[in-house]
Amino acid sequence: MTTPLIEFRDVTKCFGNRTVLEGVNLKIYEGEITTIIGLSGAGKSVLLKHIIGLLKPDRGTIFFRGKPIAHMQKQEIKEFFSKMSYMFQGNALFDSLTVYENIALPLVETTNLKKDKIHRRVMARVKQTELTEAIHKYPSELSGGMQKRAALARALVTDPQIVLFDEPTTGQDPVRKNAILSMIAQYQKKFGFTAIMVSHEIPDVYFISNRVLALYDHKIVFQGTPEELEEFDHPFNDEVISSLESLQKELTGLYSRRQFKILNSAHLKRKRSAEQPYAIVVFTLVDMNFIIANLGSDLAYDALQRMCTYIDKHFGVIGGLSARFSTSEIVTMLPHSDLEEAQNILDDFIKDFEGEGIESFWNWIKANKWETIAEPVTFTIVAGVAEGTPVTKIENAIDLAKANQKEIWSAKVCRQGVNV
Amino acid sequence: MTASNGCSTGEKEEKQSLNILIFKTFSAVGRAVINWVDTLGSATIFLFLALWKTFRRRQLSKVINQIYYIGARSTGIIMLISLFTGMVLGLQSYNALTTFGAEGAVGTLVALSLIREMGPVLSAIMITARAGSAIAAEIGIQRISEQIDALHTMRIDPLRHIVSPRVAAAIISFPLLTTVFDLVGMVGGYISSVLLLGLNHGVYINSIQASVDLKDITDGLIKSVVFAVIVVTVCCYQGYFAHMRKDSHGAKAVGMATTSAVVISCVLILVSDYVVTSLLI
Repeated sequence: MTTPLIEFRDVTKCFGNRTVLEGVNLKIYEGEITTIIGLSGAGKSVLLKHIIGLLKPDRGTIFFRGKPIAHMQKQEIKEFFSKMSYMFQGNALFDSLTVYENIALPLVETTNLKKDKIHRRVMARVKQTELTEAIHKYPSELSGGMQKRAALARALVTDPQIVLFDEPTTGQDPVRKNAILSMIAQYQKKFGFTAIMVSHEIPDVYFISNRVLALYDHKIVFQGTPEELEEFDHPFNDEVISSLESLQKELTGLYSRRQFKILNSAHLKRKRSAEQPYAIVVFTLVDMNFIIANLGSDLAYDALQRMCTYIDKHFGVIGGLSARFSTSEIVTMLPHSDLEEAQNILDDFIKDFEGEGIESFWNWIKANKWETIAEPVTFTIVAGVAEGTPVTKIENAIDLAKANQKEIWSAKVCRQGVNV
Repeated sequence: MTASNGCSTGEKEEKQSLNILIFKTFSAVGRAVINWVDTLGSATIFLFLALWKTFRRRQLSKVINQIYYIGARSTGIIMLISLFTGMVLGLQSYNALTTFGAEGAVGTLVALSLIREMGPVLSAIMITARAGSAIAAEIGIQRISEQIDALHTMRIDPLRHIVSPRVAAAIISFPLLTTVFDLVGMVGGYISSVLLLGLNHGVYINSIQASVDLKDITDGLIKSVVFAVIVVTVCCYQGYFAHMRKDSHGAKAVGMATTSAVVISCVLILVSDYVVTSLLI
């Protein structure tokens, strides 16, 4: 069995009479994105600060690659912490330094890199976080979202192996929240670091997390994949997930995967016959990562948001339930339609989209600056239909719909204009 | 029997409450002393670590930057204060000494008062008010907004990055500002006694030349270095540990830390002035 990168065994932390963590046990594995979820004040940030060494446990042991940190040599501890980077909830930017100086600070102070090399690395992060126009500004002159991105750029500028994110998306608008989460996922894939994140963004955070840890009542009550958490039968799911989820339809206006499954099973229970079919339509915005890389996260998620709104508007009025199943994948269930009827509805949707949708796309194109596009970007939407029955698993119908996906619309955007 | 019992119970209670009062007084004094010794110890360690870390790499630019903030930007206010201090000294000493026909000693009195005492003490108090309070507030804000924690997570030693340059800059700036204070103060004395009251120019200058020794100047500068160490340690320490204050939290803690920094610095300047003077005389 793989040795966890970081392990907590019976870790307890008290502040005066207040117990924040009580016998916490957890495992974090290398190369994964692990998200810690829990209500505000549950002790998530305290837990994160134990990992980076800002706090020490009152009782219990923290292990790094199976070795207790308390038993490590000074040099080993130094090396361990030198691999980490931390993004603070309140950003912790130095208010007397400009954005550029803030991002460059860890490189200037802890490395022997030459000025021009530092400049190149800083500017690369500045570009990726879309802060080019703000580099000479002070943190107090920036919006909350820009400050967050500056903190993100500073956390990633040293190319760390372990990055701890303390609520990286707080105070961001829905598009930007998804953009930051996707940026974290993208960087994690690109650089292969281990990401440990505290977040409230359910279900958006599920799309990028490999593992989820649930902190409830001072303890870790769940460790596993986001899918396993959906099946987890515990008061945590009712109290925490439901309360957080109800706030999380901001980006797409769609249901979460968990809500979708609950509503789906409720619909199926109402069906008189076990053989009575329902239809599933799966929409995908193809090659989202390429779109993000060329247009930036903001525009990519703006496009996704528009697609979701349009799908919900069209299918919602005829009783369809739509949910975002992954970053760029929307699943719509038509509870009262069979395959043929669903195909007709989809055809109508395509016709509508070609009329109204394209016009709205044109307006969107005109409202944005496209002169900066490096290479042409193609927006392609594919859709597939499949039939399910109350006795079969919904996942099977979704897989079948994915297999049936065909291109329903495509538009190429370049500096000169758009080809639809 | 009952009466004697009642009497003895009353006496016992009185004795007990007296014991409690004595115990409480002693424990409060003991706690305060332990606290004081504890703070003194940690502030000393804080100072030595900061001094030690001054001689690391990449410190020179930060020290120069801090000399600008603590030293160069305090020059204006120091010159203004010293000018009027010198003028008042000239005025008072001229009036007092004329009564005895000893107005020839005005220059001596102005120069020695400034160089030995007023220069180091007043300039230290003025720098505390101008730069010391700013140091405590700035470091305090960095502490409560997690900027110091951020330095820890970036493996940048906060003592080296924040405190050491200020300590070095203060030790360099204080004697320089004291010298400026002394010189401008003597000019002030010249203005009031020679230009305004008509004392002979040569008498004023000659009395200064004749009475001021090198020892007077070095003693004054030693004092200013001692004050620099005290002021910068107190101000940095108060700001650095603003989050650990028991009487307040957050922004209020920064405010309290700044007030404490200024008050403690001023008191310690005057106390240490007596101690250093008695050692140097």
